[in-house]
Amino acid sequence: MAAGDIGARSFGGRAAAIINNPSVRGLVFQIAFVAALVWFAWDIADNTARNLQKANIAAGFGFLDRTAGFGIVQKLVYYTEASSYGRALLVGLLNTLLVAGLGIVIATILGFIIGVARLSPNWLIARIATAYIEILRNIPLLLQLFFWYFAVLRAVPGMREKWTFLGIFHINIGGLHVPRPVFADGAGTVGLALIIGVVAAVLVARWGRKRQEATGQAPPAGWIGVALIIGLPLIAYFALGRPISFDVPVFNDQGPILRRGFQAGSGMTVIPEFFGLLLALSLYTAAYIAETVRAGISAVGHGQSEAAHSLGLRNGQTLRYVVIPQAMRVIIPPLTNQYLNLTKNSSLAVAVAYPDLVSVGGTVLNQTGQAVEMVTIWMIFYLGLSLLTSFVMNIWNRRVALVER
Amino acid sequence: MSTMASTAYVRSEMVGPQKAPPSMIGPIGWARKNLFSSPINSVLSIVAALFIVWCLIPVIRFTLIDAVWTGDDRAACAQASGACWAYVKAYLPQFIYGRYPIDQRWRVDIVFLMLAVALVPMLIPRAPFKRLNALFLLTVYPLASFVLLTGGHIGLRGRFLPDDIVGPGPVRFALEFALVSFVIILLVGLGARLLGLRASQSGSAIGIVLGALAVVFMVVGADFGLVPVETANWGGLLVTLVVAVTGMVASLPLGVILALGRRSKMPVVRIASVTFIEVCRGVPLITVLFMASVMLPLFLPEGVTFDKLLRALIGVALFQAAYMAEVIRGGLQSISRGQYEGAMAIGLSYPQRMRLIILPQALRVVIPGIVGSFISLFKDTTLVAIIGLFDLLGQIQASANDAKWASPVTGITGYIFAAMVFWAFCFSMSRYAAFTERRLDRSRRG
Repeated sequence: MAAGDIGARSFGGRAAAIINNPSVRGLVFQIAFVAALVWFAWDIADNTARNLQKANIAAGFGFLDRTAGFGIVQKLVYYTEASSYGRALLVGLLNTLLVAGLGIVIATILGFIIGVARLSPNWLIARIATAYIEILRNIPLLLQLFFWYFAVLRAVPGMREKWTFLGIFHINIGGLHVPRPVFADGAGTVGLALIIGVVAAVLVARWGRKRQEATGQAPPAGWIGVALIIGLPLIAYFALGRPISFDVPVFNDQGPILRRGFQAGSGMTVIPEFFGLLLALSLYTAAYIAETVRAGISAVGHGQSEAAHSLGLRNGQTLRYVVIPQAMRVIIPPLTNQYLNLTKNSSLAVAVAYPDLVSVGGTVLNQTGQAVEMVTIWMIFYLGLSLLTSFVMNIWNRRVALVER
Repeated sequence: MSTMASTAYVRSEMVGPQKAPPSMIGPIGWARKNLFSSPINSVLSIVAALFIVWCLIPVIRFTLIDAVWTGDDRAACAQASGACWAYVKAYLPQFIYGRYPIDQRWRVDIVFLMLAVALVPMLIPRAPFKRLNALFLLTVYPLASFVLLTGGHIGLRGRFLPDDIVGPGPVRFALEFALVSFVIILLVGLGARLLGLRASQSGSAIGIVLGALAVVFMVVGADFGLVPVETANWGGLLVTLVVAVTGMVASLPLGVILALGRRSKMPVVRIASVTFIEVCRGVPLITVLFMASVMLPLFLPEGVTFDKLLRALIGVALFQAAYMAEVIRGGLQSISRGQYEGAMAIGLSYPQRMRLIILPQALRVVIPGIVGSFISLFKDTTLVAIIGLFDLLGQIQASANDAKWASPVTGITGYIFAAMVFWAFCFSMSRYAAFTERRLDRSRRG
């Protein structure tokens, strides 16, 4: 397209006209730029190929099928030392998703509470929230992670002792020991009942909202939903003859001192690395989410809450029906960013050896030397996750966005 | 009975304003309004007060009352139930300088001092010589720091002139530099002549760049008589500041270029900028650092090796540049179209438009954002500890395991100390950002 323009204009024969034509200049510059990029990339590729050849490393993803030979302490899917590198990375990936997903839930709840507290008319509460935000935000996450993992979680009892909470949570230096659910035949039906309960609760909530919009009366949709979510699986559980049992962790506190402690293989153990990371990630991100929430609520005009008050709504109702729905529009985009940050920050797991994707990948990298492939896998995973999260959050954002006429 | 005294009372002057009841003003009134305005609020206040006491008492006990302030080794702290400040005191030089040779630490001090002296007037809005100061901070200071910290005297050997003409060494390098410069100037001059442009403008730009490069090479190659200090011996706050300041200084120009590239009309440039920015922002810093530490050596030709610290610096600078670019893009977008069009109308070229009209305005607007991104960079510098550098956190982590001071409270004391240092830096930066934000708001309104 540019070529046609040039032809027409330079018909007069003046070279200056061509040179001063912005599109020609742009074209020349871009060609030069691409040439420089290609040369740069080729140079890098050439050097890399030569260096890899010298180090006797075969490029490509073939190494993923080879036997890993190292153990992983926390695995959500079947994995042994005889499994492949690819399987090991899958385990790491799932661990990343687990800690990030749980972290997001906790950070969101905590962040909303603290963000609202920061705007509380109660001076003390507002001060506590401010102090929390200012302290947590201005200390590096890695330092906080070290603090929780090396200082706090090491202060719990040793392997031969334990602390017990509520009778079922046992904590010692080996982690959190809880009963492990054992699924017998029919457990799937209970799970199905749970899913049905959740779906039904959502439908009830929707019906409740419609009814409120139509008649002004709000049916107790929330309570019905809770009853459905808890009740349906319970009914199924008892009707099917209790197909889920619990394997309680066995603690030996008798006999020789070296025999004491939790019996291996009994119950379920949540490793302290997971705890430390989850704690650090969610507390740190909650401070940011709180600021986001505060900014969002402040962005809702004061007249809105005054109008709601003069309509006779209580403080809580004003917040729930008037302020938060409007604030959500401001909050969601930065909230998405915080979720992504939390997910990316979960890579700090490598510092406390929680087996996430980066940590497991680092081990694979050290064993195989496949640096290029490993970094590529990391980048693709995190980039893909970023894109996916922004995609999902964009859809939600569009739903809550202001619908203008 | 006409003399009956009138009982009617008519006030001849106004009643003075009454004082507000004591329950509405002063500390009591304040407490009623802010703490006990309703039953729920009263309960909340009491719970909050108890919570504060419950949190503060152990903290104060640990850091002050039960703390150990003096001692020579772990015996002082082995039985302590409070912080072991004696350990921090004993290790303080290490936390600041790492394993930098003791008799050479004055060099580090000078670098710190120069930074403080140049930075403080930069941050005070009324202080004069902003432009000169910025020039100093972005050019002279990094160069001087480099020479002071490493010792300078880089062995420049030259690459391509045959050995029998002149042996490898600074002379060969200088000859080669002159030769290459000559060729470049010749090519640019020829090209300009062929295209019928005035050669002076592009010629002077090239001249400035080449001249600056020559000065840089001269300075880093010169022998100032300083003992060389390997970067492996650097540590503590020194490394933290080196990584942070390098990241900040390098990311500003790179960020400007990327931001302009992202808003460019040329599709190739735009796509390249967007790709770089989004890839960097989409991945965790730790993978970028791993990439810099394990992949960069693969990218280089045989025989060229980079220092571990330098690799980390490159990674941090590129990563930070992507974030900086997004901050600056925000500023560019806030400049109204009229400014661009006005600049075009008076016949300024693209570089002139950007340099003289757009960037000065855009960068001013985003100062709070820039400081904000510096804060995250400063916190992120701790990640270099993961790839085996000893920054402040890494140094503390390493020293806590030292058998001489090992005790149950050593580690936590170190973390508290690190937290205080990082907090002081980051909090003052965030206050500064808030201050500029208010100032900008005011100037824009007024």
